[in-house]
Amino acid sequence: MNASEENSKPLEYQTEQGQMNIVGFWIFLAAEMALFGTLFATYAVLFGRTADSPAPGELFEPGIAIVMTLILLTSSFTGGLAINDMRRGSVKGMMTWLLITLALGLTFLGFEIYEFYHYATEGATLQSSAYWSAFFVLTGTHGLHVTFGIGWLILLLIQLAKRGITSVTSNKLFIFGLYWHYLDVIWIFIFTGVYLLGMVI
Amino acid sequence: MQLDEFFVTGEPLIYAGMVAITLVTGAIIFLLTYFKKWKWLWREWLTTVDHKKIGIMYILSALAMLFRAGTDALMMRTQLAFPDMNFLNAQHYNEIFTTHGTIMIFFMAMPFLIGLMNIVVPLQIGARDFAFPYVNALSFWSFFFGAMLFNVSFVIGGAPDAGWTSYTPLAGDVMSPDPGQNFYLLALQLSGIGTLATGINLMVTILKMRAPGMTMFKMPIFTWSTFITSFIIVFAFPILTVALALMTIDRIFGSHFFTLAGEGLPMMWANLFWMWGHPEVYIVILPAFGIFSEVIATFAKKQLFGYTVMVWSIIIIAGLSFLVWVHHFFTMGAGAFVNSIFSVTTMAIAVPTGVKIFNWLATLYKSRIRTTTAMMWALAFIPSFTIGGITGVMLGMAAADYQFHNSYFLIAHFHYVLIAGTVFGCFAGLVYWYPKMFGHKLNERIGKWSFWLFVIGFHITFLPQYFLGLDGMPRRVFHIVPEWLPLNPISTVGAFSMGLGFAVFVYNIYYSYRHSEREQTGDSWDGRTLEWATPTPVPEYNFAVVPHVTSHDAYWNMKQKGETVYDESKVEPIHMPNSTGQPFIMSAIMFFACFALVFEWIWLAVAGLIGTIVMMIIRSFDYNKGHHIDADEIKRTERSARGL
Amino acid sequence: MRHRLKHLNKWVAFMLIGLTLLLSGCSELTVLDPKGPVAESQRDLILYALIFMLGIVVVVFTLFTIMVVKYRDKPNRKAEYKPDLHGNRKLETIWTIIPVMIVTALSIPTISTIFDLEKPPEPSAEQGPLVIHATAADWKWFFSYPEQGIETVNYLHIPTDRAIEFRLSSADSMQALWIPALGGQKYNMAGMHTTLYLQADEPGVYQGRNSNFNGEGFAEQTFKVHAENSSDFQDWVESTQNTAPELTQDQYDALLEPGIVDTMAFSSTHLEWVDHGTKEGMDYSIERHRAEFAEQLHLENGENHEHGPSEKEGGQ
Repeated sequence: MNASEENSKPLEYQTEQGQMNIVGFWIFLAAEMALFGTLFATYAVLFGRTADSPAPGELFEPGIAIVMTLILLTSSFTGGLAINDMRRGSVKGMMTWLLITLALGLTFLGFEIYEFYHYATEGATLQSSAYWSAFFVLTGTHGLHVTFGIGWLILLLIQLAKRGITSVTSNKLFIFGLYWHYLDVIWIFIFTGVYLLGMVI
Repeated sequence: MQLDEFFVTGEPLIYAGMVAITLVTGAIIFLLTYFKKWKWLWREWLTTVDHKKIGIMYILSALAMLFRAGTDALMMRTQLAFPDMNFLNAQHYNEIFTTHGTIMIFFMAMPFLIGLMNIVVPLQIGARDFAFPYVNALSFWSFFFGAMLFNVSFVIGGAPDAGWTSYTPLAGDVMSPDPGQNFYLLALQLSGIGTLATGINLMVTILKMRAPGMTMFKMPIFTWSTFITSFIIVFAFPILTVALALMTIDRIFGSHFFTLAGEGLPMMWANLFWMWGHPEVYIVILPAFGIFSEVIATFAKKQLFGYTVMVWSIIIIAGLSFLVWVHHFFTMGAGAFVNSIFSVTTMAIAVPTGVKIFNWLATLYKSRIRTTTAMMWALAFIPSFTIGGITGVMLGMAAADYQFHNSYFLIAHFHYVLIAGTVFGCFAGLVYWYPKMFGHKLNERIGKWSFWLFVIGFHITFLPQYFLGLDGMPRRVFHIVPEWLPLNPISTVGAFSMGLGFAVFVYNIYYSYRHSEREQTGDSWDGRTLEWATPTPVPEYNFAVVPHVTSHDAYWNMKQKGETVYDESKVEPIHMPNSTGQPFIMSAIMFFACFALVFEWIWLAVAGLIGTIVMMIIRSFDYNKGHHIDADEIKRTERSARGL
Repeated sequence: MRHRLKHLNKWVAFMLIGLTLLLSGCSELTVLDPKGPVAESQRDLILYALIFMLGIVVVVFTLFTIMVVKYRDKPNRKAEYKPDLHGNRKLETIWTIIPVMIVTALSIPTISTIFDLEKPPEPSAEQGPLVIHATAADWKWFFSYPEQGIETVNYLHIPTDRAIEFRLSSADSMQALWIPALGGQKYNMAGMHTTLYLQADEPGVYQGRNSNFNGEGFAEQTFKVHAENSSDFQDWVESTQNTAPELTQDQYDALLEPGIVDTMAFSSTHLEWVDHGTKEGMDYSIERHRAEFAEQLHLENGENHEHGPSEKEGGQ
């Protein structure tokens, strides 16, 4: 591959290590798919095994779930806009969109914590029954991923502020973007598979 | 917690274990201090990111674990040969078969093979290291500390005793309230993270770092098997991660996934465990297939017969491996239809495997076989594995399996495939690549002694067990009825012969270190693939000049054409990653966190988690780009190594 | 198909018995010496598979020996050497098709047997299967005869020539009922029922056990099966109904405590108050014995209970 070809690629793909990082992360996301797939299967199998605790339909509030979905979808979109600004080389625009993404992520997390707390007061905790164990671990694992993503993004923002857009920072941020979109996809499955079905059945 | 609850007390065998551990640790510390080797240990090994050194550390750890779990096996066999001696009581026997199985699979078979992959795959594809050398070091250390965590259990806290499959509800907190089961869960979790990372690392390495000209279907067959194995790891290990996490949450935080209370579903564990567990079987057998293919082609001095078919059969086996997990519990009563489907998928695996057996035999046809020790391990594999394979098909026939299940027939079967496949493969691979790793061959005469002791012992041990199974002897019993007595001592004799074979193997390592001739060239066996194109010992950067590849026997073809891989005019500075202590430190912190969690000291575990996160933050801010080796230095190294 | 198989199997059985005599030092192996139709159909299937397997072994071992002997590198070797023989489509196709055919040949009887085993074996007498609830608890067996209103602990009486329908469940860990002379095993699990059909054709005493590892007392969790003709069985039922004490819930709860107990008989069943095979009954035992499950028995060999056949059981 000659030099001009290399330069025609986006910045995050320009070094060989950068390309490998991206490929590796895609494979990691495949592994994450298997992980969440297993959690979804567990949830499906344990559906209905609520013992003496309340049924999901009694506790789920469609409003909160929809708001959470919108927040996370929007954050995914703003994350995409940040990558767009990265391609244009605008550090400031990128920082702005990333900060908005961060704020939306934190809001999502706040809603989730409130939701868990609310269910606990209604008598549905991790220890209540097999169904609630599966519910909390499935949504909680997603929540942990979001938390991890927020921490990661903060680190990247500091590096971006210090170093600007380089082949290394752009590579890191691009990978973060993949991760963030991926969490969005998982959430769509949770929203439909857990909340919508939980309210219908 | 009282100290006598923390340490295991009241068992003479375990006291002996404690004394042995203290003595060995003391001796190691003394020797390192006496010979002033601490700095050397830290610089050359603990902080290395070189795939070759990491591979060596994997293999040394695996050999140590083979010793530990092999000792377990000999203790079991002693108990069953002389049941009236009361060598082991029921509880102790249960602990020992649990640790035997768990260590052999997780801390022996996998690291042994991953160690060989570490050393060989980059060399075979003409790469300078892994795609992510730092992650590779982290993988090794998390495996290593996971293994240590599992091994301390028998002196601290008590060993797990619910079988390596840890079926719930037996392994749940009601029936196994001791910390032993937590050791199982967290040690496997810690080393499992490393395995998953290795899988990703190897996939990227193979996808992106092949030498120019090496298309996928020109890759050496061992690299192919590694690639497919990595694929299985990436999709199977997350299932184990989840299963282990769910049981950990059940036991420590009181959830109800696998419990009898709260409408939990204990049999779901069996499903999740085997959805990972069956692909796992192929994780440890496919690389061995790759090793045999390399060894047979080299020592038959002939191309591998039907390369393309060999590759496709690996791919098909890998695909089928995800579709057969129910055959581990046909007896759960899933119904005739489900059992029929899984019977057929299970038996279908025999087709690609059978094709491989015939292709290996055809590779021998019109060949010129050199019966070196490595080749003998590979040759012994063919008939032995055939017996294991056909009995596997018999187990796959669900209606018959109702009689075989949980019996010694099953034990005999899986030892026939795992020992004749994986262990023979590890030994063949180690003997074959040994000169590349250490610069000298293993002694052939002693090697053959160890081969015959081990292989004959293997058949004496496990062939009788098929008949014990047909006579109704179940697995995991610590005493037997008189009808089973004649065959059990025979089996024990065989086991001790295997132990002796292993001891001779280890002695051979020492003997050859002292007495073997040092290798003059890099091509010890008249090899066919690129690893033999490098000089021995292999320089840090592997290839001074990255070769151009035209076929899957790349080096063989170069030799035929009189070409060489080294062209001094093409030497350029080479970029290499720096050594770093971070992976070691981070894994040590994770070890601490897991250890605390075993005893449910939550705040200490949280402290460990925070420590781990701090290490990740440090890594995130680390913009260290590595260093360059300049061209002159490379030229000097190559000249002295190649005797130019 | 089945009919023809049976003929084939007699021939195979003959061959195989010769082989087993040769290899195992002439004892009769339980699984290959069936005492009822279920074990017999499984034995037939195993022997049928064995012919194919022996065929494969013969072919592979012969080829292997030829290759290794003929193509070994030694001075004055005459055999041909063709280093560039890279493959052969035709041959490879042949040795793909042959395993496919073998697998097909094995699949057909396997599937038909799997389906057969889910139904009661054809009874010789004109009556339906005898229902016995086999409940496993660490480390003992409860056999409840709901129709007869009796329950035994750690031993079993069954009539010959009549299908037995075992309803399997467990009070605690996952276990498996296995009587190798009569047929294969199936799991006992808390919170669900599994069904296992077995039948004895010959009167006799057979060994039964839990075959799925479940902790310290696992090796001791055995029982004897007394198969007797229907009038003897009827006598036994009546005498148990008349002489055995009633099972009280307190006594049953005490028996559930993890441990090893002797054989016993009762003239009522525990099914009156709990069925561990239901969601409601699955945590019955652990709710009562949580502390006892944590204790160790310190079991050694030879100090537990009698393993050989004994005359008197259940205090009769």
